[in-house]
Amino acid sequence: MSDGQTGDWVTVAQRSALKPGDVLGVQVKDKEIALYDLDGTVYATENTCTHAYAYLSDGWVDGDVIECPLHGGRFEIKTGKGLGPPIDCDIKTFPVRVEGENIQIKIEG
Amino acid sequence: MSERHIVIAGAGHAGGRAAEALRAAGHKGKITLLGKERHPPYERPPLSKELLAGTGTVEKTYLRPLAWYAEAGIDLRLGVEVREIDPRAQRVRLGDASELPYDAVMLTTGARPRILPVAGGEGPRVFYLRDIEDCLGLRERLVPDARLAVVGAGFIGLEIAATARKRGAAVTVLELAPQVLARVAPPQIAAYVADLHQRHGVEIRTGAIVTGIEDTGSGVVVRTASGEGIAADIAAVGIGVQPNVELAASAGITIDDGIKVDEFGRSSDAAIYAAGDATRHFNPLCKRWIRLEAWQNAQNQAIAVAKVMAGGSEPFAEVPWFWTDQFDMNLQTAGPPGPWDKLVWRGEPAERAFTVFHLFEGRPVAATTVNNVRDMRFARMIVGRGQPVDPAALADKSVKLQDLCR
Repeated sequence: MSDGQTGDWVTVAQRSALKPGDVLGVQVKDKEIALYDLDGTVYATENTCTHAYAYLSDGWVDGDVIECPLHGGRFEIKTGKGLGPPIDCDIKTFPVRVEGENIQIKIEG
Repeated sequence: MSERHIVIAGAGHAGGRAAEALRAAGHKGKITLLGKERHPPYERPPLSKELLAGTGTVEKTYLRPLAWYAEAGIDLRLGVEVREIDPRAQRVRLGDASELPYDAVMLTTGARPRILPVAGGEGPRVFYLRDIEDCLGLRERLVPDARLAVVGAGFIGLEIAATARKRGAAVTVLELAPQVLARVAPPQIAAYVADLHQRHGVEIRTGAIVTGIEDTGSGVVVRTASGEGIAADIAAVGIGVQPNVELAASAGITIDDGIKVDEFGRSSDAAIYAAGDATRHFNPLCKRWIRLEAWQNAQNQAIAVAKVMAGGSEPFAEVPWFWTDQFDMNLQTAGPPGPWDKLVWRGEPAERAFTVFHLFEGRPVAATTVNNVRDMRFARMIVGRGQPVDPAALADKSVKLQDLCR
């Protein structure tokens, strides 16, 4: 997980754009980010699968897990941890806050 | 039983996943993983795509870095294959003539390309694609304006064609059948794929019976039964694979178009298991024996069988699933190859993103998605359930597929 100690909060989406239990892909500072709503709390991870080039935001939220649509790789949304083959590398997560209608995340650099 | 020595014959995708899964399942004994290639276990899909295109690296195909195996206590020996199994003595003989005793063997011997059975089918400018060296050898020849003749319009042939076009080669595909993907796709989907290739400048000739490949000293001429000669710099052949069953046969175990195993990966010898391309396994969902040549089977059958070898009791029971990437198209299929009597379209070819359900006697037996990966998860569930589904609901995009899984 990123420590979030450096970098600024950046608005990446409107809160209303992210539906309950769903995932939303956004681009910020040339980075691909996936936003998730789990029981009303927003989480953010990298949006690109570490196995092959695919957007996790095209995948499926299964409880606390995001499943890649291409080859079925699975990651824990809250921690970014890869959950077994074919995944051998975790995804990064980012600190998130909701300011009014804005979803903001902190990205280093 | 956890102190047993398990020998894994074949260090490809299935062999690597089996070794990893044995450790993950708590197997404490020795694991010896033997493979004739010089690379640690790797995934093969990139060999006709990213690695062949030059956008991916060899290392990216590896399941794990080489050093990982020693850390996991797996004795990975590269460049050494198992030559023979003596099931009575429970010993394997290796390519270097040494022997190893075993308590159990996992056969992950894979498959090899079928050789085009015509004169010149193995000439110096005729390429087959199975391993990393094959890929790198072919890639070197796919330079801008190179002329490539592809024999066989199955998935591998078409993926090679698409990647070669990306690299700037001129490509002609020759297919025996009247359509591309003849063994696996309905005519309407095949026509969509053929059109995709033609739009990208691939010339496709169906009904072309290749009778020989002449080597001219600087190139090839592919001869067909209709008297044509297609001149090219090189030819690539993708006409299917055959399972590597010779080692299994040396142990006297049952072979039937692949190493015959049950849903737990057990062969006819109690100490010998098998998984991956080399097997024909009983699939409890399909209720028949099937042989698959695909990534999912290499990975997940190997993991399932490894768990059984470590003391588990869960069968391997998944809906067969497959994908291909050609140009900007991602096509996925769920369900075993087999007959259907009705196709239900969810979306249209003109939209370039659609899903097709294959029904047989009212039951969904397979599904294909084109640029529509989000449907695949539920399509697999619908096919796995095997219950009759209202075709009108399947075709109606306002009906959520997840609501049809219940």
